Amino acid sequence: MIPVLGHLLIAPVVLPLLSAALIVALGDRRRPGACRAVSIGSCLSLLVAAFYLLGWSATGQPAVYSVGDWPAPYGIVLVLDRLSALMLLLTALLALAAAWFATSGLDARGRHFHALFQLQLMGLNGAFLTGDLFNLFVFFELLLIASYGLMLHGGGLRRQRATLHYLVCNLVASALFLVAVSLLYGITGTLNLADLALQVSAAPAEDASLLRSAGLLLLVVFAVKAAVLPLGFWLRDGYAAASPPVACLFAMMTKVGIYAIVRTCTLVFGEEAGFVANLAGEWLVPVGIATLAMASIAALACRNLAELVACLVVVSVGSMLIGAGLFSLQGLSATLFYLVHSTLVVGLLFLLAGEIAHERGAIGSDLVPGPRLLSWHLAPLFLFSAIGVAGLPPVSGFVAKVGILQGAIDGSWAAASWVAIFASSLLVVVALARSGSMLFWRSAGMPQAPIHADAGPDAGLPRASTGPSWFLAAMLLLLTAGASPVQQFMDATAAQLLQPAGYVEAVIRPDSVGPPDLIGPGTDRLLTRSLPGSLAPGAAGGSGT
Amino acid sequence: MELLLASAIGILTTAGVWLLLRARTFPVMLGLTLISYAVNLFIFSMGKLAIGAPPVVREGVERYADPLPQALVLTAIVIAFGMTALLLALSVRMRHDSGTDHVDGDGAAR
Repeated sequence: MIPVLGHLLIAPVVLPLLSAALIVALGDRRRPGACRAVSIGSCLSLLVAAFYLLGWSATGQPAVYSVGDWPAPYGIVLVLDRLSALMLLLTALLALAAAWFATSGLDARGRHFHALFQLQLMGLNGAFLTGDLFNLFVFFELLLIASYGLMLHGGGLRRQRATLHYLVCNLVASALFLVAVSLLYGITGTLNLADLALQVSAAPAEDASLLRSAGLLLLVVFAVKAAVLPLGFWLRDGYAAASPPVACLFAMMTKVGIYAIVRTCTLVFGEEAGFVANLAGEWLVPVGIATLAMASIAALACRNLAELVACLVVVSVGSMLIGAGLFSLQGLSATLFYLVHSTLVVGLLFLLAGEIAHERGAIGSDLVPGPRLLSWHLAPLFLFSAIGVAGLPPVSGFVAKVGILQGAIDGSWAAASWVAIFASSLLVVVALARSGSMLFWRSAGMPQAPIHADAGPDAGLPRASTGPSWFLAAMLLLLTAGASPVQQFMDATAAQLLQPAGYVEAVIRPDSVGPPDLIGPGTDRLLTRSLPGSLAPGAAGGSGT
Repeated sequence: MELLLASAIGILTTAGVWLLLRARTFPVMLGLTLISYAVNLFIFSMGKLAIGAPPVVREGVERYADPLPQALVLTAIVIAFGMTALLLALSVRMRHDSGTDHVDGDGAAR
């Protein structure tokens, strides 16, 4: 039924899970080398699989994998469309750089680094692939619980405090997620995203206000993950406190929130959603502008490079919301381009901040005069990534920002969007120039710090390899050089997102509607006549534990 | 039954939110636990309330409860349990390392 290669669609979920199990079985105390090899090997295989899946998704038809061969909407499906494939590839690239960076010895600072790392990858990939709302919740929890462990990695009171705040915020968000999911199930009787799109568009007017509350509640949950303005104060301390490779991977975590917003708002609450059409349209752009403004001002106040980069993560979230909130072809396409660019460049900056902190010893990456940095590669890479993150030419961020600005002209918040994006670019340039001159130039007369200074949570480690930083910089250069084909892919992705009918048709195939033959006569009876209340027989949704 | 369930969810949520806004780790944890109870009850009620209707297919039974919310509740319970255990471990560790159970780890300064 499905060719063998078709099972590759579930590989991004299964592969990290098996690797994590293998790493735990090997034991990172007994065989650290083998654990690192398994972790890196898993990241490389994920990269290969992601490239293959990207090629597959480029055919234009979303590929559907029914887990356990239960047809939708009864079973859980994994759906691969252009957006999912893009996110998988981006995750694999970032994961490879982060895992590589950690092998220098940071991973030995606590137990189970690589196992948690792989589980987080599993959660991320699963969240990007799943076509079921409750399954999305489960994968969210998976990636979160792994991220708590990773954020604590290396120990220290600062990390414990940041993790506690992050944990409590996300637990509340999870509770709201469950409320929203069960509300949607109570109204529509399904949890499959494609089926949900059908049911929501056909919902009667008296359900509209409930649907609206459920949809907006979902938006709040995703906004917590994406660190949108009133809900994102956990991010700065958390990301700044985490060790560099963890922070690098976390650059992907806010993008999960953006992904979930884009996915649900185009598929379920899009143009065709009947009484709740364009649910998020009036919210995303103003909230994005406010997020952008707050984060840019906060960037000026940072006293530490890692904190500054964490603020830049929030800046990128604000810019993406401005673009995505337009729900136009131009806006979405530019946002996706910006998403790829900002993830890579922020990941690179977190790694550089780690290298700089390591070389400066006890003062870390604090923005105070310190010893001269001896590694020649830090200054050019910092300059390159600073230009990239501020969105100046010639690096790819410029292309993305111009795209968002062009898209914003047609929106209802055009003037405010333009002012916010230009002002924030200026503030970011000022903040980066200030920190760059402090870190690289204000070193006259300072004694040379010993490389293995015995202070700070990550002190006393061997030098990290410079490879991961160069790797991410090379990816950014590739993105800049290949901007035209990438932009074409993003245009096609945005077009696919704005035509959710293709996604729905691929998942709910006409031949699969009705009770599947797989279940026995007893369950057949259950599905056809004995569901309680007003639930329609065909609408008994599909999800599991 | 609707009134009982609705007021139970409301009271649990109110108490949970109040405890969540405390500045000590233990009340915060209790608050989150209460909120997760309220949420579990809420999910349960979304499958329509039915008395004496089994969720699993059995010979000679005509009325069934919707099994899906029950499965969702099970998953939610497992996840909330794991998260609470992690939060407890983290709180104990923070209490040990910082000497205070303030959520910011520096209660003495406040």
